[in-house]
Amino acid sequence: MNTLPQNFQDWFAQRGWQIHPHQQQLLERADTPAALLIAPTGGGKTLAGFLPSLIALAENPKDGLHTLYVSPLKALAADIRRNLQTPIESLNLPIRVEDRTGDTSQTRRKRQRADPPHILLTTPESLAILLSYPDAPKIFAGLQRVVVDEIHALAESKRGDQLMLCLSRLQSLCPDMRRVGLSATVEDPPALGRFLAPSALPCEIIRADPGPDPDITILHSETPPPWAGAGAAYAVNDVLKLVEGADTTLIFINTRAQAEIFFRALWAANDASLPIALHHGSLAREARDKVEAAMVAGSLRAVVCTGTLDLGIDWGNVDLVIQVGAPKNIKRLVQRIGRSNHRYNAPSRAVIVPANRFEVLEAQAALEAVRAHTLDGEPRAKGPRDVVCQHILLRACAGPFDAAALYQEITQAGPYAELSRPEFEDCLEFCATGGYALRAYDRWQRLMQTPQGLWQLRDPRTAQSIRMNVGTIVDTETLNVRWRGRGGAPLGEIEEGFAATLTEGDTFLIGGQVVRYEGLREMTVQVTKGRKEPRIATFAGTKFATSTLLSTRVIALLNSGDWSALPEHTRSWLETQQQVSMLPKPGRMLVESYWRDTRAYTCFYGFAGRNALQTLGLLVTKRMELAGLHPIGFVATDYALLIWGLDAVEDPAALLSPEDLRDGLEGWLANNAVMKRSFRNVATIAGLIVKNLPGKRKTGRQATFSSDILYDTLLKYDPDHLLLQITRAEAMGGLVDFGRIEEMLTRVQGRIDHVKAPHVTPLSAPMLLEVGKVPIYGAAIDRAAAIEAAELMREAGLE
Amino acid sequence: MHGYSFKLNRITLTALASGLLWWQERRLLCVSDLHLGKSDRMARRGGALLPPYENRETLDRLAQAVDALDPLSVICLGDSFDDDAGQNALDPGDHAQLTTLMAGRRWIWLEGNHDPGPVNLGGTHMAEYKTGPLVFRHIAKSGAQAEISGHYHPKASLRMKAGRMSRPCFLIDDKRVILPAFGAYTGGLRCCDPVFEPLMSAKAVAVLTGTQALPVPMPRAEPSRKSLDATDKRPTSVTPAQ
Repeated sequence: MNTLPQNFQDWFAQRGWQIHPHQQQLLERADTPAALLIAPTGGGKTLAGFLPSLIALAENPKDGLHTLYVSPLKALAADIRRNLQTPIESLNLPIRVEDRTGDTSQTRRKRQRADPPHILLTTPESLAILLSYPDAPKIFAGLQRVVVDEIHALAESKRGDQLMLCLSRLQSLCPDMRRVGLSATVEDPPALGRFLAPSALPCEIIRADPGPDPDITILHSETPPPWAGAGAAYAVNDVLKLVEGADTTLIFINTRAQAEIFFRALWAANDASLPIALHHGSLAREARDKVEAAMVAGSLRAVVCTGTLDLGIDWGNVDLVIQVGAPKNIKRLVQRIGRSNHRYNAPSRAVIVPANRFEVLEAQAALEAVRAHTLDGEPRAKGPRDVVCQHILLRACAGPFDAAALYQEITQAGPYAELSRPEFEDCLEFCATGGYALRAYDRWQRLMQTPQGLWQLRDPRTAQSIRMNVGTIVDTETLNVRWRGRGGAPLGEIEEGFAATLTEGDTFLIGGQVVRYEGLREMTVQVTKGRKEPRIATFAGTKFATSTLLSTRVIALLNSGDWSALPEHTRSWLETQQQVSMLPKPGRMLVESYWRDTRAYTCFYGFAGRNALQTLGLLVTKRMELAGLHPIGFVATDYALLIWGLDAVEDPAALLSPEDLRDGLEGWLANNAVMKRSFRNVATIAGLIVKNLPGKRKTGRQATFSSDILYDTLLKYDPDHLLLQITRAEAMGGLVDFGRIEEMLTRVQGRIDHVKAPHVTPLSAPMLLEVGKVPIYGAAIDRAAAIEAAELMREAGLE
Repeated sequence: MHGYSFKLNRITLTALASGLLWWQERRLLCVSDLHLGKSDRMARRGGALLPPYENRETLDRLAQAVDALDPLSVICLGDSFDDDAGQNALDPGDHAQLTTLMAGRRWIWLEGNHDPGPVNLGGTHMAEYKTGPLVFRHIAKSGAQAEISGHYHPKASLRMKAGRMSRPCFLIDDKRVILPAFGAYTGGLRCCDPVFEPLMSAKAVAVLTGTQALPVPMPRAEPSRKSLDATDKRPTSVTPAQ
């Protein structure tokens, strides 16, 4: 079955297609245990993944599950089902294809368990639930192949770790199962192969022809970009012109709030009334479905979107991608560019629109990196153990298990190949008894051992709540937004914290419309049409940090001596910087100090990404407080950290001592809100606390309490507890990103260029305008609260 | 100790920053909703195995106040134990600490909805307690006068320039005081919840607890106050796994 059978050849010929070399190669390797296909979008990747299954099932029709397809998006599963119908119907193949996601009805799910289709399309979470049923061995009996779509995206999060644990379980149930991963361009295919393949086995890597290099440019607008900000409103007319000149355009913007603002600005200038839509993760599902359907129908000229459209259905008609704002990460930029032009042999067309002066540099550095075919990416850390805890609990739902066998099975998953037995035992101990050092739950364990030594749930009824808590995505709490009135249409959701700041009559932007806050009813925000200028909803959209590679390239560009590719305004900005101060040098850190009004400013050019520099800001200001330098506030960008205070910093090196910074991380940073947020995610995934299910949350229950309390309690009484160990490990990346502070310290090795400038320096000036300044908390917060409270009492006449 | 003093039926009382109520004249200390044995109860019912340190934490904090004030009487306003079995969940250390706290003073356990049964730890057990012009009970009764109760775990939030702060709070008006929950593993009910509307007068004050006792006008549900206190800024309130 390694060649294309006649009927398939005829079908290809009828459609004027020829089998792509990578489709042929994957077909030839239909029997290898693990294969990874790296291909650009539009390369017939999905068909390549399914061809071996279709052929096998056509030649040997057999009841039962043959192929499992796993995708990160529900919508993708549904779309693939429709696409597979075409060859199945044309060739009259006896193949049943069904999808199973969170949206599938109860009755259908039940039937699928009793009578599985030949090809089942699902998500990692739905698969984990299926495997947690005692009849899992029956459901998956005879499974031959697993196709993991968009594996590059899954591998970037804990969803991928969970999926690989599930594949290990499946492999035990079905030893003959083969794995295929489908991926966009990545920087290290062998690493992705090790992630996918069973630990002991190699992964065959097939690279499709990447097609011609993309045609990528930077927008050089008549109006220079502003000094700071991320809105890119200056470029609205240029972007409209680009949209007009293209067939269909995807406009990527980094955060949801910026997408809302830019969308509104576009429409304000959209005199030609080009059909332009908005798509981001905080919009109601209904609204997003509508936009996607309009794209399929080809009735839109452009969509302003966020990372929600990084993946997903191929729209053949997209011929231009615009990236508004710094790309932050070269790999994601390349993948986004790949969303345009799915005709395989024509170059993708993309334009980068820098939102401020610094982003001009980053855009230029990114463009050069794309041309040089360099991709960034942080090496994958060891698989996190909160996911193992969840896996153990779900395994227990399926029936009694042997610890040694489960350990064996878990280490067969790529991300957990190096998990040691004691590390595993800690997870098992946590699941069974909570794993507390000072006090044991001996009577009320969650898992108990049978007389034969197998582990099982003490109370089988708990299986249901364990299944309800499946998954590794922990969202911030949000509230739904609807038009006021009975059955008002849903608009989307906003963060609870933002909702709390709203007062009747306040206006904000959602889905491109200005709405007026009317009130809260049963945890739904009710709105009417608004007229005033809006405030902006603060959406939880991730703030990506600029990658290490891209930061390095920016420093290199600054020192290249050739700025000919940069626009005039950017060149003269850099030249002035050279006169007033100096440029940041590779392998060193520039620190500038100057006075402005009565405040002493110090700017650290750390080039370590926003999250790490934010953390550095917390640590350094704490050190300054101890040194009596009276810091007042700071602001961090992807490149630099600006601190202001009452006294000048004379010795910046002393503030950057690695030992002190590490102590700070262990010590007082442990009490920081960011750490508590990481803990909440870890504790939720590990099953200590349950997720708030959307729509299921009750109002004002006094039985619920903050996960911060659990964190504080553990820190005080059990600082070495497993969940705190995991939380500390996470602090190396993510929002705390201490790993990049370490990287910065290693790079700089104490080599600091300290410039005492006479006034604000050109390079640091934009930072004074940045939003998101962090005030220093401390005794000050108590005083502020007391003043505020006294004010309220006086207003109410209650003194 | 930081506190907010006020008068209830001509008696001077102090709402302490720690969440306890102090009647200086009688040297009487009042505490509500200790919920001892909470983690044990959750585990018994097959839920999550929470860090089993809340008894220690709660009793340590209570001991600090008792050491500082040396009260003649302590009144526990009910839900002292998360359920009637909760008192058996005290480990020997907790048990010894509680006994030490009780030694040499009058100790009254009022019954709560979580712990209606008798307590075998000594002290007096009763449904409600009247002394002087004041009445102590677990759940506030509408129409009552000079009443001190707990049960609802009220909390309130304060909006500041630097952000929003949400804390367990006392609710105080000229008829009653509702105490915040003192137990380590207790959540809060926002004081704009409709349940408080018929209980607290328009002039009611909420006293936020924490490092200082902060009185503010009691936040109300809309439309009487237009701020949206139905949600506060803690995105971290979670339900422990059942």
